[in-house]
Amino acid sequence: MNEQPGGATRIACAQGFWGDWLEAPARQVTGGPIDYLMMDYLAEVTMSILQKQRSRDRSLGYATDFVVAMERLLPEIVNRSIRVTANAGGVNPRSCAEAVIAAARKLGLRGKVKVGVVTGDDIMTRLDDLIARGHPFANLDTGEPLSGVRDAVQSANAYLGAWPVVEALGRGANIIVTGRVTDTGLTLGPMIHEFGWKEHDWDRLAAGTVAGHIIECGAQCSGGNCLKDWRSIRGLEDPGYPIVEAASDGSFVVTKHPNTGGRVSVATVTEQLVYEMGDPRAYITPDCIADFTTIRLEQRGVDRVVVRDIRGRPATDSLKVSIAYAAGYKAVGTLVYAWPEAMDKAARADAILRARLQRLGLKFEEVLTEFVGANATHGRLAGKPNPDIAEVQLRVGVRAQERAPVERFSREIAPLVLNGPPSVTGFAGGRPKVEEIVAYWPALIAKSEIRPVVEILEA
Amino acid sequence: MRTKRRVGGSADRVPLVRLAHARSGDKGDTANVGLIALEPGYYPVLVKQVTAARVARHFKGIITGKVERFELPNLNALNFLLHGALGGGGTLSLKTDAQGKVFSTALLRLEIPVPQGLLE
Repeated sequence: MNEQPGGATRIACAQGFWGDWLEAPARQVTGGPIDYLMMDYLAEVTMSILQKQRSRDRSLGYATDFVVAMERLLPEIVNRSIRVTANAGGVNPRSCAEAVIAAARKLGLRGKVKVGVVTGDDIMTRLDDLIARGHPFANLDTGEPLSGVRDAVQSANAYLGAWPVVEALGRGANIIVTGRVTDTGLTLGPMIHEFGWKEHDWDRLAAGTVAGHIIECGAQCSGGNCLKDWRSIRGLEDPGYPIVEAASDGSFVVTKHPNTGGRVSVATVTEQLVYEMGDPRAYITPDCIADFTTIRLEQRGVDRVVVRDIRGRPATDSLKVSIAYAAGYKAVGTLVYAWPEAMDKAARADAILRARLQRLGLKFEEVLTEFVGANATHGRLAGKPNPDIAEVQLRVGVRAQERAPVERFSREIAPLVLNGPPSVTGFAGGRPKVEEIVAYWPALIAKSEIRPVVEILEA
Repeated sequence: MRTKRRVGGSADRVPLVRLAHARSGDKGDTANVGLIALEPGYYPVLVKQVTAARVARHFKGIITGKVERFELPNLNALNFLLHGALGGGGTLSLKTDAQGKVFSTALLRLEIPVPQGLLE
């Protein structure tokens, strides 16, 4: 793998979430040399969406975008000896892997594709047994035990780290498909495999974890969503997704392919480092605890940022568990009111709507009104709305345990167009959609209860 | 928009947007805001003036929980955790900004006193 001078291993991120840019994988594979292609598909709620899909069809429950990308790119990936790490398996890694194998055979790549399947994260069927044996799955935010919502639980997955990915690479897999492996483990795994890092190399494991954190959101570290000097960040019609050039001592360079848009600078990388950060001294993963207050960044050339000096500490004895549970229903309705006195008309419409909901005797856990264009994102910090504002979008959301009141709410928006305040439009989308809420319950489980499983399938 | 005002002749008041950039995100019902100095020389001013208490006052009525602050001198950055910021968080939230993506710029509206001449 290490054909580059200095022995750097190049790990390229091609997806930052399920729904990210479909062109990114092809750009990363063909835009220049890389050793690994990393794709992160799993956000907190993605697992429950996948669980819902699997409950309707046993062969689903994984990120189908990944299989489409592999159908398109497997010949290039094989030709260039690139290895792929992706948590595209969702709640059904085995089916995802089989779909990749089928694609490989169809492309005439028999004997050239070995898929490593990482499972063992799914503890849904063991949940009652684990609770009975004294694991409360207390909510990390509220402290409440899971028993209160146990009947509503739809999926439960422990976060696995980098080591099962390392095992799959060691057994010769060139495509690694996982269930709930951490975003960072998909980047750290290849580094451990390449450099032979050990389980107690805490500083290096922390360095690989920080590298994973920087690139796990795709272009969000390479010029996308960057506030500093945003006007001067050009070429985002063809953004360069990030690449880490890792060295065996734990230092690495963040960069992107030549002739791509966006930017890799201390500012773009720093904005990503602080994204979704808690206590910076303790970024906890299954593999280690990384100390973000030790990270040194330095611009060294155009679109190249050196990252070094990262310190780590021993991992904890627990794994985080992501539990999804049904939590009622919600709907959001919108209408647009135009000048003159747009804000007053929207506010009057809101008052009328609320009075009607009340007269109908509908009970909601929450009713939230926002005026988009005036104060939806910054509230009172935005100041008084301009009385001459061209238009305001009235946006009303409701949430309830039962479906019926939410359903009825969804029928109370349209009538306002004819029987409410004037100068109203923007109802082309039809009735608000009633959504089932699948909420997220973070908890911990003892590491000793979870055993990752690695299987190898051959095309 | 007023961006500068004298206070007692010894300090200027400026909005954070002239001193820092920022990115925010979510963890459950908590929003985090990473505040990054635009120049290394601004960082000590941020440390001194953008206290957890001042940020809590700024977001009063907008968030329901407390504010925590962490320092990252290596990145010239402060990290704030704003608890009870997202209307329940994740899929439970009815807010436009359910994932706290633009609490970052809401914080940049905060005006703080800075030493005279800092921005010159």
